[in-house]
Amino acid sequence: MSVRLVDVRKEFPDPEKAGGIMVAVKDMNLEIREGEFITLLGPSGCGKTTTLRMIAGFEIPTTGQIWINDEMVNDQPPNKRDTTMVFQSYAIFPHMSVEQNVGFGLELKGRPKGEISAEVAKVMEIMGITELGKRRPDQLSGGQQQRVALARAIVNKPRVLLFDEPLSNLDAKLRETMRVEIRRIQQSFGITSVYVTHDQDEAMTVSDRIVVMEKGLVMQVGSPFEIYSRPSCKFVADFIGKVNLFPVKTLSLGEDARVRDRRGIEVPVGSADPALKEGDDALLMVRPESLSLSKAGAVDKESSVEWGSGRVIKSVYLGSVIEYELDAGYDKPLMAISHDPVNGEFFKDGDEVSFSFSRRAAHILPLR
Amino acid sequence: MTPNGISRTIGRYRRVARDPLLLFVSMLTLASLILFVVYPIASVVLQSLKPGDSYSFAAYAETLKSAYLRTAFYNSLMMSALTALVGTLLGFLFAFAVVRAKVPLGKFFNGIAIIPIVSPPFIGALAIIMLFGNNGLITWNLLKIQNFPIYGFNGLFLAQVVTFFPVAYMTLKGVLESMNPVLEDAALNLGGSRTKVFLKVTLPLALPGIASSILLLFVETLADFGNPLILAGSKFPILSVQAYLQIVGMYDLPKGAAISVFLLAPSLIAFFLQRRIVGRKKYTTVTGKPQTSTGKIVSPGARTFLFIACLFISALVALIYFSILLGALAKVWGYDHSLTLEHFKFVFGVGFKAVRDTLMIAGIATPIAGVFGMVIAFLVVRTRVPGKKLIGAMSILSFAVPGTVIGIGYILAFNHKPLALTGTLAILLLNFVFRYVPVGIESGTAILQQIDPSIEEAAVDLGADARRTFSKITLPMIVPAFFSGLVFAFVRAMTAVSAAIFLVSSRWNLMTVHIMSQVESGNLGAAAAYSVILVVIVALAIGLIRLLLKARYGRFGGAMLHF
Ligand SMILES: Nc1ncnc2c1ncn2[C@@H]1O[C@H](COP(=O)(O)OP(=O)(O)OP(=O)(O)O)[C@@H](O)[C@H]1O
Ligand SMILES: [Mg+2]
Repeated sequence: MSVRLVDVRKEFPDPEKAGGIMVAVKDMNLEIREGEFITLLGPSGCGKTTTLRMIAGFEIPTTGQIWINDEMVNDQPPNKRDTTMVFQSYAIFPHMSVEQNVGFGLELKGRPKGEISAEVAKVMEIMGITELGKRRPDQLSGGQQQRVALARAIVNKPRVLLFDEPLSNLDAKLRETMRVEIRRIQQSFGITSVYVTHDQDEAMTVSDRIVVMEKGLVMQVGSPFEIYSRPSCKFVADFIGKVNLFPVKTLSLGEDARVRDRRGIEVPVGSADPALKEGDDALLMVRPESLSLSKAGAVDKESSVEWGSGRVIKSVYLGSVIEYELDAGYDKPLMAISHDPVNGEFFKDGDEVSFSFSRRAAHILPLR
Repeated sequence: MTPNGISRTIGRYRRVARDPLLLFVSMLTLASLILFVVYPIASVVLQSLKPGDSYSFAAYAETLKSAYLRTAFYNSLMMSALTALVGTLLGFLFAFAVVRAKVPLGKFFNGIAIIPIVSPPFIGALAIIMLFGNNGLITWNLLKIQNFPIYGFNGLFLAQVVTFFPVAYMTLKGVLESMNPVLEDAALNLGGSRTKVFLKVTLPLALPGIASSILLLFVETLADFGNPLILAGSKFPILSVQAYLQIVGMYDLPKGAAISVFLLAPSLIAFFLQRRIVGRKKYTTVTGKPQTSTGKIVSPGARTFLFIACLFISALVALIYFSILLGALAKVWGYDHSLTLEHFKFVFGVGFKAVRDTLMIAGIATPIAGVFGMVIAFLVVRTRVPGKKLIGAMSILSFAVPGTVIGIGYILAFNHKPLALTGTLAILLLNFVFRYVPVGIESGTAILQQIDPSIEEAAVDLGADARRTFSKITLPMIVPAFFSGLVFAFVRAMTAVSAAIFLVSSRWNLMTVHIMSQVESGNLGAAAAYSVILVVIVALAIGLIRLLLKARYGRFGGAMLHF
């Protein structure tokens, strides 16, 4: 089911200043489509949890409206909303067995006993926790608790599933398994989902679309590809992965978009943020893995744009890739990642290199 | 209020209004607290200001004019302050010996300190009369002294210290246990002498606990009624007794009320000071496993001293209880100590109605107070109902207010229509319920603050309303704390006297009040027999609940009770 946030704002009384307020979410507008998996991503304290809790009904927006389908739900308490939340701490009821936990929602709805146990068995089967039914929560591992929490949520067939950093208490390996699992379950049930994380890898793997937030503001909404390779601002570009940014001036936009850098060199770029106009100052973004290095002067001009040259000041060998830092006369060292070091070329600290990128890898975004 | 502030507030009311049960319960709670806690106390203040047909300070002027009552005021404060200091000192000694010095027989000392807490508060006074009074075992039978001056300051002070040092012990034991002993060991390691470590590390860390214990004992001693009624005598007047005598003896309600206000003011001040000290303490210091001390902080000499001191205090407590038991079995105390069951026959015969009444009243009032307390704790800690701060503050009030004041307040507030309750069972029940609600609130609040709120949110999220969240999720998780609170409330209800003495009637009487009147008429044997039965009932109740918890929660269930 679709969820719509219209000018949603949330203020809290400031705990530090009597009578003061602090704004946790600033006039947020967001439309979540039916069956979509959307992720709220951002640094700590940016308002992700608050947004999620407003959709669940645990917090009431100070102003603005929350719509689920065509119903304004601001005044609906959490127990009347068809949203179900998976908590970061799992919030498994400690005095109930796994089965009782999973069946709790159905029991509240007053379903007959037989039906409940059938449903519970089915969901526990899907989640792979069938043999844990009689256990008490304190006899479960973190990953098992996570599965129980998820089973308890989906057994109710909620219209909207909400996740607040559900994997943050698990180890790295299990996190990877579980996020695939969550995605699989979500898709097979087709439940509209809102997922909160501050782990960008996690966001990239599970989401249809990502909402990047900072200080209560939505910075960008887009598919993982858009967020990563077409960021709309410096914050988003920086927050997701490593990035090289060069100050440039926009010469032309559209099909034949071109920019000129500080040295007066003109280069074509693959994409431009729609907020830019011709003549604007802008930032040219190239991700480190799109920056290819070659011996000084040996760039293949056919496929790439030669951009400059510099000296390797640091190289880190990571097995599958090598990470370089280059001194090319900018304030910050440039970053480059070269894949497949076995077949490619090695550079050592102090080597002079030329760097280039393909036109498609170059994106320009507004300065601010 | 800003427009946003207003919309926030409206939002909150609207939300609560959506859960009608929550709104209903909170409004009912608010109303009942106003009616049964605030209104009686206000009645006392109003009555003291209205000696005749119009308002005036005449009753206060009269009270202050009387040299005798001025002495009573001074005596009460002095006695409470001394008891607070000495009781806290002994309590600290005991706690330090058991928790830090790890003296031998620690479990036994712990048990000894608990006995006075679970028995009627005036047992100390009764035993002291039996030991040191006119016919006292020690003064008369052993030393052949006649008219040993036990009435007045000496006897009362002894009784108060014995009665209240265990309260200090319990408080300070918790404080010392939650204090990380590694700190002391580290200080020793840095080369501090033992005395230095004690003075510079242990004592400063325990200081808030000590201060809180002193204030707590001050409040409790000031409010105490049983011991002074038995032991103060006419030469050493005490406020709580004087208020009682003004009202029951002289029928001078305004003056009795004025004296109560003199009692009320210092109690409230000390109580709120104590709350502030406790409130500053973060909860996290209490949670977590108590770490055991290595005991290296105490030198062997000091340990021996502590051990002997504990033995001595324990012997005194044991002597008191032994003399009560003996008194219940002796034919005529002081003259004929041959054993007899006569006094028990009396209690089970003529006096059994009081036993039955007490059991019934405590048995009905405590579960209600317990559940009510949990509900209030839930409202205050977990919900956003309007007025929850007020609910919390009002319900704690009956902790702070001396029983005498509450008792007088009840007869003033409920002796006319539409709530003409004097002489009924209802007035006793109401008094007990509202007096012991804070016990449930305290234990409920403490445990709720340790439970992750998202567990309850998860239930709401899955469709549970406030009622079902409370009954299916919150309540089962707080059941152990609930029973702890229940036992404590039951003990208090069984042994209460200060407020109840104003409210009993020929139709409904209490064992404690009977004991007091037996003492007054010199019938020590019957008083002792009543006391023994009372202690046995309380012990049985604690044992029963322990068993229940054990059956339900296994081996550790019994340990959930902090007794
Ligand atoms: N109940 C509250 N009272 C006051 N301030 C609050 C409250 N809840 C959240 N805040 C504040 O609102 C802001 C946003 O908090 P929120 O929990 O939504 O952040 P988050 O993005 O989930 O962060 P994290 O990644 O650390 O979980 C923070 O500055 C936080 O301190
Ligand atoms: Mg959060």
